[in-house]
Amino acid sequence: MNAEHPMAGVAAEPGVSKPDPVLVADGLQRSFGGLRAVDVDHLEIQRHTVTSLIGPNGAGKTTLFNLFTGFDEAAAGEWHLNGGPLAGISAYRVARKGMVRTFQLTKSLARLTVMDNMLVATKDHPGENLWGAITGGWKTTEAANRERATELLARFGLDHMTDEFAGGLSGGQRKLLEMARALMMEPEVVMLDEPMAGVNPALTQSLLTHITGLRDGGKTVIFVEHDMDVVQEISDWVVVMAQGKIIAEGLPGDIARNRAVIDAYLGQHHGEAAS
Amino acid sequence: MDWSSVLIDGLLSTIGPITAAYAVSAIGLNLQFGYAGLLNFGHVAFMLVGAYGMGISVNFGAPLWLGIIVGILAAMALGLLLGIPTLRLRADYLAITTIAAAEAIRLIVRSSWAQPLTNGVFGIQGFAGSFFALNPFPAAELYGFGSFVVTGRKLWVMIVGWTVVALMTLLVTRLIHSPWGRVLKAIREDEDATTSLGKNVFAYKLQALMIGGGIAGVAGILLALEQQNVTPDAYLPKITFILYVIVILGGAGTILGPVVGAIVFQFMFFTIDALMVNAQASIPWVGDLLTPAAAGQVKLVFVGIGMMLLMIFRPQGILGNREEVLIDER
Repeated sequence: MNAEHPMAGVAAEPGVSKPDPVLVADGLQRSFGGLRAVDVDHLEIQRHTVTSLIGPNGAGKTTLFNLFTGFDEAAAGEWHLNGGPLAGISAYRVARKGMVRTFQLTKSLARLTVMDNMLVATKDHPGENLWGAITGGWKTTEAANRERATELLARFGLDHMTDEFAGGLSGGQRKLLEMARALMMEPEVVMLDEPMAGVNPALTQSLLTHITGLRDGGKTVIFVEHDMDVVQEISDWVVVMAQGKIIAEGLPGDIARNRAVIDAYLGQHHGEAAS
Repeated sequence: MDWSSVLIDGLLSTIGPITAAYAVSAIGLNLQFGYAGLLNFGHVAFMLVGAYGMGISVNFGAPLWLGIIVGILAAMALGLLLGIPTLRLRADYLAITTIAAAEAIRLIVRSSWAQPLTNGVFGIQGFAGSFFALNPFPAAELYGFGSFVVTGRKLWVMIVGWTVVALMTLLVTRLIHSPWGRVLKAIREDEDATTSLGKNVFAYKLQALMIGGGIAGVAGILLALEQQNVTPDAYLPKITFILYVIVILGGAGTILGPVVGAIVFQFMFFTIDALMVNAQASIPWVGDLLTPAAAGQVKLVFVGIGMMLLMIFRPQGILGNREEVLIDER
């Protein structure tokens, strides 16, 4: 990391404020029965960075994703994208506002072709409402979208699969397709839920390059990951969750040495038990 | 056994207006089930509502064209009514609600309480006069060649019926080949993924349910005009399941699947029927064994066997794409 690191000078403490946050959450809460799955006092995500969200299983990472993107309802709290409130806004509207997510279990539209998977991901297509579909007049938008989709597919190395059914792709190719499809929405924030899960090691590197490529192309990336090596390699900032709370934030190098993080991952008494 | 008369009877029924009405209804079901993945198990109710909407409004003095519009709108309104509470929930809720609603609607329509409006179990007649007044063919004249003939009356209903089949096919083709149709297929594959791509999944499913329901309403109207009669017990739940057989037989999620399915199904059904009637008359032991009531059941047994063979050897239906079905198994 060089001296112009975007997060240089930001204090490594939970809930710290960032110089230029794109997403800000306050008092976010969600419980399942007696279990408090998410309980976040304050969280800011810096624009144009790759922010990793890590934590042990059951820490509430995916639930936090679901709340942010409208796939789950928060019990309390508010969060803003570029200052605009997102609380209570349905998932499809959140996506249109520029925050697009992927899923832990890849959701390719299996019996649609790769190209059709891409073409579904558009905003304001006149042919997507009933009246437009019947009267026609959507062909120009369609052609422009198709061109953009072709470029994206080429960038993600899927251009030779354009007319295949998405269900026929390998696991790794589906991850790539899901990422390319999210980009068709021209999002500002891309939220990737465990993009490396189930991907063979050979493809991991290419996926990582694509993720940093998103940031370099002007997107903000938030992603959930388990593998600390992966996190170290590509994150600009790391947010650690445990039992629904943010327990640490910081530069990737610092996080690995953070006492609270080690406790959360290995259990609080690991040092004593060993002696 | 007179094989040629068996075949001619089977064919004549196959190209008849009832097949056309089933094809239209199956086109509506295919839009819901084949393209949007909606499990509508009460499709017959949309036909009933369409037919009664037309019959009742004509009986109240509306001209036939207005009655037809009322019938279609009523069927679409039923889609709205059933869709709003259920389409936000998991797919099974729509299935349960539609199957229950379909029977409830039929029982209400045939109840004595509804008799002032629906004439109860006796149903509604006398609405088709202006439809047959438009018939350009002399009603009693025979058209065709040899023993392959239909009356002028039937020819008229056939022409109208198959024209409607063509129009509905064109409508669905236009919708499915548009970006709107692509979103519908995406919803069938994965609702969450489609939502994450900025689509209001609920609104699309509601639209599919209403349009498919409206098309079923048209089918109900066709059937009513052909029979000049609307009775509640013509709309039993088994019609819905026959329509599913037709859609799956032809190939769910294909444009021509429901039409081909309806023709093939009706041909099998009517030919087996003609075969049994013929055998009862000409072969003594068959006549002893099969009472006319039992023959009806045996027909359905054959349909069941045919359906099983289809699922084993050609699960994608006649027109379906095998590759698509195999993807499903992953």
